Amino acid sequence: MSLALLAVQILNGLELGFILFLVASGLTLVFGVMDFINLAHGVQYMLGAYFAATLIAWSGSFWLGLVLGVAASLLMGLVLEWTVFRHLARAGHLEQVLATFALILIFTDLVSMIFGAGSLSINLPPLLAQSVTFSRDFSYPLWRLIIIAAGLGVALLLWVLIARTRLGMLVRAGSTHPQTVQALGVDIDRLFLVVFAFGAMLAGFAGTMAGPLTGVEPTMGDGVLILAFVVIVVGGVGSVRGALIGALLIGLVDTLGRAFATDIMSQFLSRSSAASAGPALASMLIYVLMALVLAVRPSGLFASGD
Amino acid sequence: MISLKAQRLKTFFKAEQTTALLAAVFLIALLAGQVLGNTDPTTLLARAAIFALAALSLSFILGQGGMVSLGHAAPMGLGAYVTLTLALFGIKDFFLVTALAFMAGAAFSALTGLIALRTRGVYFIMITLAFAQMAYYAMSSLSIFGGTDGMALPVRSTVLGWPLFRSDGATALIALLLLGLAYGGIMRVTRSRFGMVLRASHLNESRAVALGFEPLTYRLLAYSFAGGLSAISGVLLANLTDYISPSFLDWHRSGELIVMVVLGGVARPFGAILGAFALIYIESLVGGFTQYWNLVLGLVLRAIVLLRGRLESRLRAMP
Repeated sequence: MSLALLAVQILNGLELGFILFLVASGLTLVFGVMDFINLAHGVQYMLGAYFAATLIAWSGSFWLGLVLGVAASLLMGLVLEWTVFRHLARAGHLEQVLATFALILIFTDLVSMIFGAGSLSINLPPLLAQSVTFSRDFSYPLWRLIIIAAGLGVALLLWVLIARTRLGMLVRAGSTHPQTVQALGVDIDRLFLVVFAFGAMLAGFAGTMAGPLTGVEPTMGDGVLILAFVVIVVGGVGSVRGALIGALLIGLVDTLGRAFATDIMSQFLSRSSAASAGPALASMLIYVLMALVLAVRPSGLFASGD
Repeated sequence: MISLKAQRLKTFFKAEQTTALLAAVFLIALLAGQVLGNTDPTTLLARAAIFALAALSLSFILGQGGMVSLGHAAPMGLGAYVTLTLALFGIKDFFLVTALAFMAGAAFSALTGLIALRTRGVYFIMITLAFAQMAYYAMSSLSIFGGTDGMALPVRSTVLGWPLFRSDGATALIALLLLGLAYGGIMRVTRSRFGMVLRASHLNESRAVALGFEPLTYRLLAYSFAGGLSAISGVLLANLTDYISPSFLDWHRSGELIVMVVLGGVARPFGAILGAFALIYIESLVGGFTQYWNLVLGLVLRAIVLLRGRLESRLRAMP
């Protein structure tokens, strides 16, 4: 295991972590502020990638398509809030699970109807498709570094929004004391609309950023959604700081586990049993981590309202 | 107007009418599915009975205990994998396989339940989903079971040495028999002291605690039992399909199990059976016309939630 390989895997872990953060931050606010379970957040990630792929192809410009794609995600978030989520805000969790599950089924099928079930690709412009060379045996794709930078930027932006603005104050108050906030005359429905649409935009942005790496498929949101759930459970519902730390933790543990579990296990086991047990253990690592965190702190690392 | 409707829905007669309506829809779906569907009728019956068993076990924790588990396909799939593992070792006696599968499903549910049941609401839903996904990925990465591709069951189970599962008709009969037994058992438990405490801790936890009960113990027992029962349905499904893959544990399947329970009505265990039969038969029917069955299901589901939400939210909020 060379140092360069370790560095590459750590960067991969951070990149996955920041993608997860983009998905989880909006989701955790929706959970926290409205006590709302949204399974369809992965759909918004998937739609974001499709918007970007389509608009980049249509406009012929990568950057224009990217910006338009994010705007389309925001619009989609607003439309979904108006048509579906608003009516579920006061319903029970079971209704929310059913209705948002229905949205997954509907959108996954609609998208495969329109674009086909196969994978689309987003081609990076040549300038972005290069790698950055750090040393003779250590170079890293530029786009992944951009994802890390974008994730950091969004984290900073969210921190400023939540800690320094009036809207952020309302979001913080709404996640811990929704009744009090409402009694003070704040339109909590409008607050929900803003938080929801913003979260949808971030999820779409995440899909857009991940699209060039993973390809764009109708079911691409499912895996990310469940990872984002793990992130939120580990970080604590309603806490953006928890989402950031949880996401980086999950991203690093998952990536490093997959990269090195077989090697580490072959120190203790025979080569062949390590080769079969390693991947299985690696794929379970983050869930074991989640279980450990929950055993110690049932409401996650950071309580709501941080 | 709506509150009047809600009042009526509360009454016994309304509940009976709903059952009658559902039964009618179910019968029509049954007939149409048999006539127009593209699946062999016996296989379809066996499949419906198997999923009814799984949905029944979910309805026990969801309807009686208020636990919205979004990972109920996991113990079901584990039951199928227990069948496969034992078959690989040449063990195929149905009673032995079923007993071991029950224990495996109950053990998985008990372990994950210990953590999940300490939480409520959105946490519980996410954690059950996450643990089910863990089981899914674990099975996907085990190369001895064929990884993501899955593996054919080398030999079907036998009942006292008889290769009964060789015909889908016998499988259907066994599944229906087990379904009947499970239904009888669950109705007994529901009416028993245990069932009352379980409902009480769901409907008013603080009162149940004040009366000296420990809700966690009751929930955990119910949750483990439901997991074991679900694993038994997995044994049957493995014997029916002859092929076991990680898709048995897919979280979409967990979602479909919830849909079955809600479709037939959460309050009564029989609803889960109706819902499962209805969904499996409608799926076969719609699947005969279009590949976009999920789209249809999604739209139907959306409509159900709209209608239910209007009535139910006036009755009582589900946790």
